[in-house]
Amino acid sequence: MKVIKIDKKEWAKGLERLSKTYQLFGPAKHEAFFVFKALEDGELPDLDVQNTRLSPRSVIYPQSEKMFEYTLDEDQEDHHILKEIDKEYSSRAIIGIRPCDAKAFLLVKRNFDAPEYKDPYWIKSYEATTLVGHGCNAPCSSCFCTTAGCGPFHEEGLDILLVDVDDTYLAKIITEKGDRLLAAAGWDTKTDTATNDPIENMKEAAEAKITSMVSTDQLKDKSTTDLFEASFWEDVSFACINCGTCTYVCPTCWCFDIQDETHGLSGIRMRNWDSCMYPLFTFHGSGHNPRDTKTQRVRQRFMHKLKYYVDKYDNGIQCVGCGRCVRFCPVNIDIRRVCDLMNSFEL
Amino acid sequence: MLSYIDKIKEISRRLLKESKVDMVIGFRKGTVVMMNEPCFVKTVADVDKLVWDSNCGINLANYLTNRTERIGIVAKGCDSRNIVTHIIENKIKRDQVVIIGVPCKGMIDRHNIEAMAEAEIQEVIETDDTIQIKGDGFEKTLDKEEVLQENCAICVHRNPVISDELVADEVKEQTDVDRYEDVRHIEALSPEEKWDFFEDLLSTCIRCYGCRNACPLCYCPTCFVDESRPQWVGKSQDSTDIRTFHFLRAYHCAGRCTDCGACERACPMGIKVRLFTKKLEKDCLELFDWKAGLTLEKRPPLDTYRPDDPDEFIR
Repeated sequence: MKVIKIDKKEWAKGLERLSKTYQLFGPAKHEAFFVFKALEDGELPDLDVQNTRLSPRSVIYPQSEKMFEYTLDEDQEDHHILKEIDKEYSSRAIIGIRPCDAKAFLLVKRNFDAPEYKDPYWIKSYEATTLVGHGCNAPCSSCFCTTAGCGPFHEEGLDILLVDVDDTYLAKIITEKGDRLLAAAGWDTKTDTATNDPIENMKEAAEAKITSMVSTDQLKDKSTTDLFEASFWEDVSFACINCGTCTYVCPTCWCFDIQDETHGLSGIRMRNWDSCMYPLFTFHGSGHNPRDTKTQRVRQRFMHKLKYYVDKYDNGIQCVGCGRCVRFCPVNIDIRRVCDLMNSFEL
Repeated sequence: MLSYIDKIKEISRRLLKESKVDMVIGFRKGTVVMMNEPCFVKTVADVDKLVWDSNCGINLANYLTNRTERIGIVAKGCDSRNIVTHIIENKIKRDQVVIIGVPCKGMIDRHNIEAMAEAEIQEVIETDDTIQIKGDGFEKTLDKEEVLQENCAICVHRNPVISDELVADEVKEQTDVDRYEDVRHIEALSPEEKWDFFEDLLSTCIRCYGCRNACPLCYCPTCFVDESRPQWVGKSQDSTDIRTFHFLRAYHCAGRCTDCGACERACPMGIKVRLFTKKLEKDCLELFDWKAGLTLEKRPPLDTYRPDDPDEFIR
């Protein structure tokens, strides 16, 4: 794997060249916190961020996304027919994505790009996007990525990994997509004097800073029914207010709801993020709600991430350990605690 | 205020031991700095997990709604006012609750404190008057009074208005507090400026409904935003729908809101949602001389009719 050195003095110029062929997204400060946004002309991604408040999932999978339009005007020939809305899938790049958020897209991909079902919007958007990661030298104290199948310098899901070393960024090129992006940016890639060593050292140092851990080794062998009926759910869910914060700050949550919105005689069909914390999520047309208590909904979220996903894909938990739900839950429900309760559960 | 915990535990143990209650609702130690988690305790042995410090800002009245057990509940001034509102609105019966009153000196604003730190805060040590924060390469001691939640800084009902046991002597209530400076500022804006102000205020809303769900007043079996037949409000990130949610929710809280700050505390995006409810609080005070949750004897102005209503249209 090739590692190149980018002089920080050349950084802005390269991004400017890049912006001719790529739409650039990156972290930016919004009042008290950081968000991912489309960068304006000349705006640089703010790489001083520890982590963003929301994950960059909306860059590929917007919170509200229009899919079809229609007319109800019977004088029109195509009335009551859904017509796909043209969308733009030109090249884009997220500069400064954290390795956990990049890995999260691979987890989500298992759902949106499955052998049986293909989600055209997500797939096109994902394929158009190049992910330029930024190694985490100072992980948050609530990050638990190293025991959630990820890590502060984890490369899976990234096209390029940037590592901040004094006056330079070391850029490790992981995929062909990453190679193409570097060519477009035109940084001096010939000075190939950098080696992998500093990256390995920094990776080790960063991993050592992560002291928060979860145990997941027993989850697969636990009986689903036993976990489902475990007595700890009442205690775990007591504080929950059933807001959607955990699911909306999460980079690996993928659920959506489809809505038609009609204004006069014309309308659109769109999809919006949805949350398993909301009663409406499972509300049937009949009026019956199979998950009509908060305990059932809280259990669903954890069972999905830590048991059903584990069983279905045999590829770890549906969590990358970014710690956002831990930090922003208004009532301090902590997935690390619940994961350990589930992993160590005995009848 | 830190010393309250011994008394809270003593009362809780006694209530459970004597079977006066089936559970006590309080707080247990949080897993991240400046956070505690609401919890219930059903046995004497579990009482020791209860904690009390300046991170108990969540309004516990929210956990009483429609419960059928006999409950001991730890209540600050604001929680007690929401318990009063709950009793008036038949969400819990007076004789079902044993109110363990906590004379409060205010809860700290963790978002604000985080913004004041140079880097991530890894440790917080609280004394009676100070908050010491520590992180990688920095250490700072803050005056607790300077870092209170905004609603606590202007609170004039720190002592429980209703309680069965008090964990300590009452604290001095604040006087000379200007509760509505920010509301007056908005009132003075032109309609266009107000529009822009609210547009900007709500621009980061992700519709997680944390504000609504943290609020003890928001107990409708189905919130108007969740109604599907008919569906009153769109579900997307459309700014009109987002505004509709916030404005209507605020109106539903008129004459009932105690400014406990739970909504603002819950918001993951730091939106100052109290600005809406405070305007209605101010109106209720000016029009009806009404403050929510102070008495069991009177009904809130918006669910009652008075022949001397100040507005002509209703007389």
